[in-house]
Amino acid sequence: MQHVSPIREPLVTGGKTYHDITQDVCRQVEAKPNVRWAAALAVALVGLAIFLYSVYRTLWYGIGEWGLNKTVGWAWDITNFVWWVGIGHAGTLISAILLLFRQKWRTSINRAAEAMTIFAVICAAMFPVLHMGRPWLAYWVLPLPNTFGSLWVNFNSPLLWDVFAISTYFSVSLVFWYIGLIPDFATIRDRATGPIARRAYSALSMGWTGSAKAWSRYETVSLILAGLATPLVLSVHTIVSMDFATSVIPGWHTTIFPPYFVAGAIFSGFAMVLTLMIITRKVFFLEHYITLEHVESMNKVIILTGSIVGIAYTTEFFIAWYSGVEYEQYAFINRAFGPYWWAYWSMMTCNVITPQLFWFRKIRRSLTATFIISIFVNIGMWFERFVIIVTSLHRDYLPSSWAMFSPTIIDIGIYVGTIGLFFTLFLLFCKFFPVVNMAEVKAILKSSSGVKHHTSHAKSMHGTAPESNTNTHHSNE
Amino acid sequence: MNKKFVLGIYDDEDVLLDAIENVRAAGTKIYDVFSPYPVHGIDDVLGIKRSRLPIVAFFCGLFGTSFALWMQIWMLGFDWPMIIGGKPHIAIPAFIPVTFELTVLCAAFGMVITFFIVSRLKPSFKVNVFDKRSTDDKFVMAIEVKEGVTDMSALNNLLRSNGAIEVNEKEVIK
Repeated sequence: MQHVSPIREPLVTGGKTYHDITQDVCRQVEAKPNVRWAAALAVALVGLAIFLYSVYRTLWYGIGEWGLNKTVGWAWDITNFVWWVGIGHAGTLISAILLLFRQKWRTSINRAAEAMTIFAVICAAMFPVLHMGRPWLAYWVLPLPNTFGSLWVNFNSPLLWDVFAISTYFSVSLVFWYIGLIPDFATIRDRATGPIARRAYSALSMGWTGSAKAWSRYETVSLILAGLATPLVLSVHTIVSMDFATSVIPGWHTTIFPPYFVAGAIFSGFAMVLTLMIITRKVFFLEHYITLEHVESMNKVIILTGSIVGIAYTTEFFIAWYSGVEYEQYAFINRAFGPYWWAYWSMMTCNVITPQLFWFRKIRRSLTATFIISIFVNIGMWFERFVIIVTSLHRDYLPSSWAMFSPTIIDIGIYVGTIGLFFTLFLLFCKFFPVVNMAEVKAILKSSSGVKHHTSHAKSMHGTAPESNTNTHHSNE
Repeated sequence: MNKKFVLGIYDDEDVLLDAIENVRAAGTKIYDVFSPYPVHGIDDVLGIKRSRLPIVAFFCGLFGTSFALWMQIWMLGFDWPMIIGGKPHIAIPAFIPVTFELTVLCAAFGMVITFFIVSRLKPSFKVNVFDKRSTDDKFVMAIEVKEGVTDMSALNNLLRSNGAIEVNEKEVIK
């Protein structure tokens, strides 16, 4: 009945049963908050307070609170926006693209990764909305009947494409995440003892009973949503890159941007997933579900995307030289050897050199090394966006309008603040929602745990087992 | 009217699949099967037809595409034409990103809303679950009891001989 692959490592270790999975995942939701969680939330709330204060200053005194000037009219705001959106992409990649590729290792990390997507997009959305200066008029970006002004929105503008891309991405990700949560909410509902918890999870689980027909539809819906989310996630960062690529600015006006941005997004997103999951598995005792095998698989994605990003940096330099356009050439020389050389070389070191260490199996499977490198990648990808944006703007065609950019304390406050906002949301998610998708992990348990279950029924399983119906592991997968 | 059900409880998906086949072969109608996760192959043995939700998604997507194109062409081409960057009023390539996004948005939401409606999923405080363990680690096969028609002991034997670890009765008050 059970086929244990001689090559692949089990994805669930520790001889878990279905009930153990329920227990291990629900424990965190049902128990009183532990001290480490409360301490982490306190730190995150400090970050959130910094965010609120910085937003208050920005709204009360205006965008002048930021370090922008006439030449560098876009700096940390758009850098942070692209950084956060990019981080979000790994969640969709794990839940959608790996579902289409039938990668079973996604099951225990997809829930948290999708949550990360949603929270990262919330953080990202703060920047363009705040940069509007009057966020209460943010609905003006929508094509509404024009009684407030005279015109429709400009559908030729990539900034408007962004509005549609980001809002579609956010809402479709939210729906995808929620559909996956429904069966798990039902599990928590059926275990709940307190009246508040029972009612809350009853409402959230939408009356889910787990009937065969509902599961059949659920699987269809998940598959189609994955099929829709896959081109969606690629379109989002493509459109984000077009914010730059469609402008006639040296260093921005290149066709390489869409694939280069998408690869960078996945790269930074996986780094953030690793940063979060290495902590989460430790704090919530999920080592048997998020194993070294998972970490190693993610590290392999990091080598791949990190190398793509490295090739993109080189290609940009080559094309700048090969184009023969002096402005383009200067933009790249200025990036590497101009006043912002330190940002450029930080980016190169963090994004191109450090991930290459993952070629060594020992480093790929070391949690400490992975954690440190994932932080490096997060920093590197932030610098990448800073380099692209600020170095291209600060010295463009007219030397008389050259300028430098330096962030104010409010710029820093908003950035640090969104990290606080992100972790506040993530920690609340960890406490009240099941961090691991129980239903999906149960579904792969028989084929991927490496432990034989239910031996008492071995007798009844003989002879009549329909081969096509079992969830056994096929060697060609 | 109250309905009575016999519940066969199983703890292994392969045993369950065999049991479903044998119970159906014995001429017993299965009311429903509840499981903690989607069991592969259960659709075939229960005779569940393939869901038509992808068709819903397709047509909702098609609506999104047409709506987006109509909206952009009408707004920028007819309602308030304006020259933007010397391009034609109806610049189809520039309209593609928004068209794509609205296609995905309408397809996803149309399908998910349909899924909620056809599966009768809605937020409610009271949920009738036959056996609470079916969202944890047990597979529950429910068979409706018809007064005076169903032979209870034969049904009990049928379920037990096919690997049920427990056979329970449950009355549902309507």
